[in-house]
Amino acid sequence: MTSKMWVTMGPQHPFSHGLWTLKVKIDGEVISDAIPIIGYLHRGWEKECENRTYPQIIPMADRLCYSASMTWSHVYVNTVEEALDIEVPERAQYLRVVADEICRIQSHLMWLAAMGTDLGNLTVFLWSLREREMFLDLFVKLCGQRLTTNYPRIGGVRNDMPYLFERDCMRVVELFEKRLWDIIALMDDSAIFLSRMQGVSKISRKEAANMGLTGPAMRGCGVDFDVRRDDPYEVYDLMDFEVPVHKDGDAYARYAVRIEEMFQSCEIIRQAMAGMPDGPVRVKAPRNVPEGTHFARIEDPRGEAMMHLISDGTDKPYRLKVRSPIFVNVSGAKRMVVGTRMADVPAIMGTIDMCLGETDR
Amino acid sequence: MSGDDFYEAPTVEQVIDLMGSRFGGDVTVRGSKARRVFLSAGRERIYEICEYIQDVLNFEHASSLTGVDWESHMQVVYHLSNYYNGVMIEINVDIPLDDLRVDSVTPIWEGANWHEREIYELFGIVFDNHPELERLLTPCDYDFFPFRKSYKLRRAE
Repeated sequence: MTSKMWVTMGPQHPFSHGLWTLKVKIDGEVISDAIPIIGYLHRGWEKECENRTYPQIIPMADRLCYSASMTWSHVYVNTVEEALDIEVPERAQYLRVVADEICRIQSHLMWLAAMGTDLGNLTVFLWSLREREMFLDLFVKLCGQRLTTNYPRIGGVRNDMPYLFERDCMRVVELFEKRLWDIIALMDDSAIFLSRMQGVSKISRKEAANMGLTGPAMRGCGVDFDVRRDDPYEVYDLMDFEVPVHKDGDAYARYAVRIEEMFQSCEIIRQAMAGMPDGPVRVKAPRNVPEGTHFARIEDPRGEAMMHLISDGTDKPYRLKVRSPIFVNVSGAKRMVVGTRMADVPAIMGTIDMCLGETDR
Repeated sequence: MSGDDFYEAPTVEQVIDLMGSRFGGDVTVRGSKARRVFLSAGRERIYEICEYIQDVLNFEHASSLTGVDWESHMQVVYHLSNYYNGVMIEINVDIPLDDLRVDSVTPIWEGANWHEREIYELFGIVFDNHPELERLLTPCDYDFFPFRKSYKLRRAE
């Protein structure tokens, strides 16, 4: 005889990576229903912005997600630049691309470390965080901070790259590309890891599109779309890189997409450093933004990050909406876990790469 | 929607032409630029318009829905995109203050589900035919709508 019961996982649960709850209804070991509950971190970010001037919002945008702070402040300044219609100097665009890709790699490594602990593989956790520290050191050199970088500015970036930054960057990238293979060997050669990831939580291409999945979760389901390539911003249209796409749609495909993305990011950093032109890194931007509505989107490590700005001609936004990739991805949690077993939940939810700061805002 | 052709990756010009010929005066074009189309629509036909955009124009992805309080009226802004050429459609739908209702597009795009729930709890706009229009972010004892302009932050006064 089986008994049905609700099990509450979170907000204080090792699998949840942040404050959120997943209530699952189990029938024996098999999950028959699930309800994701968020909102523990809701702090009215969008409302708060309506009372702050435009430059004041840049460090706030950093705090949307601590491991993707660079891309969040980037999408914010992109939106304001769209509204002001100012041309960013080319060197600043290259620097933003480099910073974004460093951010993507360190964010994916953070995810890999979390994934390792979820599946009981502590070596992956330690090694990933060790490699991540190299990229955080690059951030320290570039902007003085490890996580909340506060680097992009409306009209450019805060400062030019420091002396010998290109050399340091190339050293780190080369070393990392070698070491990443060691981490991959730990995962892909492990029968336990494969049996917990392969064939678990399959999502079809059509479902993924309808659920609004974006980022690696979407590309693991066979949707061939990347904002960097298909809706290019900054100088991504000059970069030559591949968009990894897997058709399986299972947890392993989402893992594989992220691993391949890290190699592609290394490639982009190398190209951007080689093509970096000389020149200024910042232009002066006016204080007030003219009336109008504008939006910009970029490829966050977790998916499609978008901001929608409505300005009323003053120095404060009238409304600023954040489209968070995880907010939408986690709304499909029910679809992802129903039919799987209780023990698979950490593996499945781990592949979404939760970040609650941007989800609850 | 049978009888309409299917467009895998319509360009900005095609989107403007097709929307104009299909919906006439119910859709107004506010402007366009590279890969961006800005439209306004009446709220009576918004479900039909979105269905057409998804089925015929192949915009498979509802990026985001935004609620805006203009004080004289409310507004819901839809951002829809496709997976082929990066074109994005923005649709503004005005909603009068005395009847804060609009048809839900969740039956078309499941990804719009939580965006609509968020607008419902923060602005008080009701989405008809939504599968479960419940609170998402704020505590259940809130008897006000925090994102409306009438709700002032204490410091701002």
